Amino acid sequence: MSDERKLAPEAPPTLAERMRAATSARVAIGRIGSSIPTRAALDFQLAHARARDAVHAQLDAGAYGSTLHGHPVLEVCSQAADRGQYLMRPDLGRRLAPGMAERLSPHRSDLAIILADGLSATAVRAHAANLVGAILARAQDWQVGPIIVAHQARVALADEIGEALKAKISVILIGERPGLSAADSLSAYITWQPRKGRLDSERNCISNIRPPHGWRIEDAAGEVLRIARAARRIGCTGVGMIAEQSAHQGPVLEG
Amino acid sequence: MAPPHVEVSVQYRTDISGTRHTFRSLGHVLACASPLRSGDVLAGLAAENAEQRVAARWVLADLPLTVFLEDLLIPAERDEVTRLILERHDARAFAPIRHLTVGGLREWLLDETTQSDALRSVARGITPEMAAAVSKVMRNQDLVAVSRKVEVTTSFRNTIGLSGRLSTRLQPNDPTDSPRGIAAAILDGLLLGSGDAVIGINPATDDVANIGVLLHMLDEIREALAIPTQSCVLTHVTNTLELIRKGAPVDLCFQSIAGTQAANEGFGISLSLLREAWDATLALNRGTLGRNVMYFETGQGSCLSSDAHHGIDQQTLECRAYEVARSFDPLLVNSVVGFIGPEYLYDGKQILRAALEDHFCGKLLGLPMGLDICYTNHAEADQDDMDVIATVLGVAGVSFIMGIPGADDVMLGYQSTSFHDALYLRDVLGLRPAPEFEDWLTSIGIFDPAGRLAATPRLPQLASSPALAALL
Repeated sequence: MSDERKLAPEAPPTLAERMRAATSARVAIGRIGSSIPTRAALDFQLAHARARDAVHAQLDAGAYGSTLHGHPVLEVCSQAADRGQYLMRPDLGRRLAPGMAERLSPHRSDLAIILADGLSATAVRAHAANLVGAILARAQDWQVGPIIVAHQARVALADEIGEALKAKISVILIGERPGLSAADSLSAYITWQPRKGRLDSERNCISNIRPPHGWRIEDAAGEVLRIARAARRIGCTGVGMIAEQSAHQGPVLEG
Repeated sequence: MAPPHVEVSVQYRTDISGTRHTFRSLGHVLACASPLRSGDVLAGLAAENAEQRVAARWVLADLPLTVFLEDLLIPAERDEVTRLILERHDARAFAPIRHLTVGGLREWLLDETTQSDALRSVARGITPEMAAAVSKVMRNQDLVAVSRKVEVTTSFRNTIGLSGRLSTRLQPNDPTDSPRGIAAAILDGLLLGSGDAVIGINPATDDVANIGVLLHMLDEIREALAIPTQSCVLTHVTNTLELIRKGAPVDLCFQSIAGTQAANEGFGISLSLLREAWDATLALNRGTLGRNVMYFETGQGSCLSSDAHHGIDQQTLECRAYEVARSFDPLLVNSVVGFIGPEYLYDGKQILRAALEDHFCGKLLGLPMGLDICYTNHAEADQDDMDVIATVLGVAGVSFIMGIPGADDVMLGYQSTSFHDALYLRDVLGLRPAPEFEDWLTSIGIFDPAGRLAATPRLPQLASSPALAALL
């Protein structure tokens, strides 16, 4: 196998190194005839394998035990029966399975916190428990009930969950669609007065929560609370809040 | 042309072995006849079972082409794309095939006496719905065989779409729009013979000032190296219009388009806005060989995802986007076939089928079709599927594909085709870059005189571009 990552056979090696240093893209990977050298080909396959495994990973609620940071953990699932159906029917991932709302409705949470597998349970496993802890530490001015763990969930599942918990605001921490460079990136979507039928444009999103490369946990938690308090003050999230938002935390229409 | 309010009394039904299959509308026939794909299932439009799917194809095969001019899928009074289709239908071009059924059109297309000239001359007589209909009674092989016969050429600073040629869009995206990162990806692509369709950046930040910086950098590199190609930053037409007003070096005007007025409104565009952008870009008069200045992207499922599909299947709606495209004489039309995700095209088989349909229908309607042969990480697909799709599209005569470092777009987070993939296709199918670009590759020393990548590219010439010299 070729161990040399040359741009072209006669190119100075420093050029390839400079190019690679300039970007995270797979530049200057060399070539064998018209093809990609073995190492670069296997590098790519490894990244794709990790992304695929993240998409199909299960979110194991048992890992959190019956409580998380002192709050009871309740599990719910969407109407998507399995991963295959989840991927093909995003509409089912936005609706609670029968009986789930009844499981939640005896409880109450002004600030509803939901951990959702989304497209990467790997991301939830990696970052969500820490992020919940950091949010709770900053949420002394909010009543927080049980922590909800949601399976086969899309972003909008937070609307039905929040409604059942009579929440003023919902925060769903959900695994993003994995890319080749990161399979563990988490998003937080924040929705004022969550109820069925909310539009994606009515949410705020913090994406790329992935320490140390993306948002750090402490910073992301601070941002969640900043948005939550702003929502309590002006009575909305999403496009209505955009004017008061810094440029990079506008609503992201995905999921 | 029939007035839009005509009551159509056609019965869409067939009897097969004692079972009567009835379809409630022309749209229902088309949807049921489509090869299985997740987007039609999600929309509740797919055939109930495999037999109903084939029954719909029997019905479709026997329908006269003229029915598509009378029984309109989306009412003209509600949709400007329907009006565009009716206004621009050319009765003279249609005359040679007017008598045919959908099944008859398939056979006329496949007939060995029907060659490129005949196909080109009927393009304006074929509506998007006719193209969609005939594709639904064609196997993958048929789509390849006919596409291969259609030559659609366009030009700006070089010639795209000639037989025996394969061009690439060099796609040097960067997660932070870092000029240095983008320059590294451009250099990588040029040294691997990529970039004749366009050097086109998807910006990470859709901010006009940022896009202006990128446009100037692209223009600087192209001018410094005298590359016979065109550049583009893929942003909304309103941004491009503003940049044109500010004097930015805009070669091509980009826009994503769809097949219904409502879906286009979701993209923030209308036909009149596209005309304004087309006029403004043409007025810059920057092309040296030709005046094709528009670059459109499309993709099955975009209407459904914006809840603007009117109960019509995603492949038929995709063809309607091609009517929008062809009224602006584009340089490039790119179906971003696997980008939308598994809820529209689930796996490699569905992406392959859609890619062949889009290429065939686009070419049949007279468009310079390229394909972003791609998938996301939640689709049931991998690079092996892309290899098959690229190879089959190469045989079909695709005008251009994407060239991305290592096939991994680190900004958009999906996988497409690499610079190497284009080299592979050119190798195994004996294809070459656009002629003007090929001459440039040879003159600068990236290609050797035999038209293959040179062992010793003369890098010092690249230093004449400040953006590239920073890397050398």
